[in-house]
Amino acid sequence: MTHPADTSGRLPDAFLRPGSSSFVDFLAEHSPDLLPGRRPAAGGAAGGPDGLSPHATTIVALTFGSDDPEGAGGRGVVMAGDRRATMGNMIASREMEKVFAADAYSVVGIAGSAGVAVELVRLFQLELEHYEKIEGSLLSLDGKANRLATMIRGNLPLAMQGLAVVPLFAGYDLDRGTGRLFSYDVTGGRYEEHDHHTVGSGSVFARGAMKKLWRPGMGADEAVAVAVEALYDAADDDSATGGPDTVRQLWPVVTTVTSEGVRHVSDDELASVAERIITERRAAHVAAHGNRPAGRRDPSVAPEAGGRPGGQAGEQPGEQPGEQGGARA
Amino acid sequence: MTMPFYVSPEQLMKDRADFARKGIARGRSVVVLAYDGGILFATENPSRALHKISEIYDRIAFAAVGKYNEFENLRVAGVRYADLRGYSYDRTDVTARGLANAYAQTLGTVFTTESKPLEVELVVAEVGDTPAADQVYRLSYDGSVADERGYVVMGGQAEQLGARLGDDWHEGMTLADVLRLAVRTLGAVGTDGTLATAGSEREIAPAGLEVAVLERDRPRRAFRRLTGAGLAGLLEQPGD
Repeated sequence: MTHPADTSGRLPDAFLRPGSSSFVDFLAEHSPDLLPGRRPAAGGAAGGPDGLSPHATTIVALTFGSDDPEGAGGRGVVMAGDRRATMGNMIASREMEKVFAADAYSVVGIAGSAGVAVELVRLFQLELEHYEKIEGSLLSLDGKANRLATMIRGNLPLAMQGLAVVPLFAGYDLDRGTGRLFSYDVTGGRYEEHDHHTVGSGSVFARGAMKKLWRPGMGADEAVAVAVEALYDAADDDSATGGPDTVRQLWPVVTTVTSEGVRHVSDDELASVAERIITERRAAHVAAHGNRPAGRRDPSVAPEAGGRPGGQAGEQPGEQPGEQGGARA
Repeated sequence: MTMPFYVSPEQLMKDRADFARKGIARGRSVVVLAYDGGILFATENPSRALHKISEIYDRIAFAAVGKYNEFENLRVAGVRYADLRGYSYDRTDVTARGLANAYAQTLGTVFTTESKPLEVELVVAEVGDTPAADQVYRLSYDGSVADERGYVVMGGQAEQLGARLGDDWHEGMTLADVLRLAVRTLGAVGTDGTLATAGSEREIAPAGLEVAVLERDRPRRAFRRLTGAGLAGLLEQPGD
């Protein structure tokens, strides 16, 4: 194997061989050990979901605007991911970023085994840049989506051992003048999605939220708010997805892609969106249950006078000083 | 089969060098000029697709004269070298010096061992954080490397054009100034290859120029091509 470090100065023949514009193909020929998925992984379940490798979780993506040429700005895409990575029942990272700009006009979000996923994204970014430099033009959006599918397929041996990576890909198609979304399975199957899609452990909850919140013809700001709210719902019910962290000021990573290219939504914008969602949720809770957890009795009402409305109150141990029974677990 | 005549190594190298130099001198010149905000590359090239100037990495660009198929091959090898190095180590570990060394070794080996030297001359340039940190390397067909400051001319009439640039170029010029200087220098070589006197240079239309810059202030990928209206606008800016 010839590595850049141990060549004696002269460019190796493989570098000078005319051929592919693909960096992945070049690596496969010249340094296959640098490709994720080509390394022999030890043992059976080397890093299954409960194993030693951190897992990244929920990614959501949705389109906004409309294809109507009169519409302001045409159709764009928003992609957002939470910041949590987990290792079994532990939180491995609170500030992981899982949504990346793949190039100037596309973004990729990753769920699954974090280490492999981040390496795969790095390679995918390089693949697109390499093609752009060699060919002097951008790959088509379908071309980019297919390259990603090939790379995911290359990772199948690791996926079978529990180190799966499932990306979500979105970009602005410069030829068609519209934003598009692609989802994948671990075998490299590529599926075009419409309107919205989610991947990762919290995707079920995020998708439910998205179905209710997404509307055709939304503006970019609305779409960003919908993405953050869908992640909030995912974090509410999935322990592996992190919600907005108001103590550490950590917000989801949110990007938009339009005809102008990729834009990272700023922390200030995200802070105000997250604060608004939290305020709305709190207001809805207070309206339903007052300033206390649902199901707990109003402490200002004496137990004798209040009785046991509905029969559920006081079931949480030790929370009602006047309550007899139920205090011992 | 008769025995070949004895040819002294001096003569062999001289023949090869003459051969390469002749091939290079046939092509149109490329000029590379440092300015306050980066490094400018310019050449006369009516083709929109077959580039003589291109991006290698975040802060590194490449310009070449000579045989297209030969320098294109070297360009692709350079992109592969840079991308592989950046992927194996880190993006900041890709340097123009490393790439220039790899090119020098390659050109030198081909010059001495293969039947025909490469008929190319290259510039590898890296834009630094300050003008003093800019690096410009000029590589010849025989693998020799020169660390240049400020300006480089390659191709036909390179020596005479270099002398003219030396008179006119100075540190801290603006982009519009160096661009006009570059176009004036390129225009000094007539279509028949003769050198025009100062002040009577040919006019070159923006559509016939290939111009690119490495811009110091751009985040990450510093390379940008100047084309169309942007290029024409810069050329029309009044000089000082």
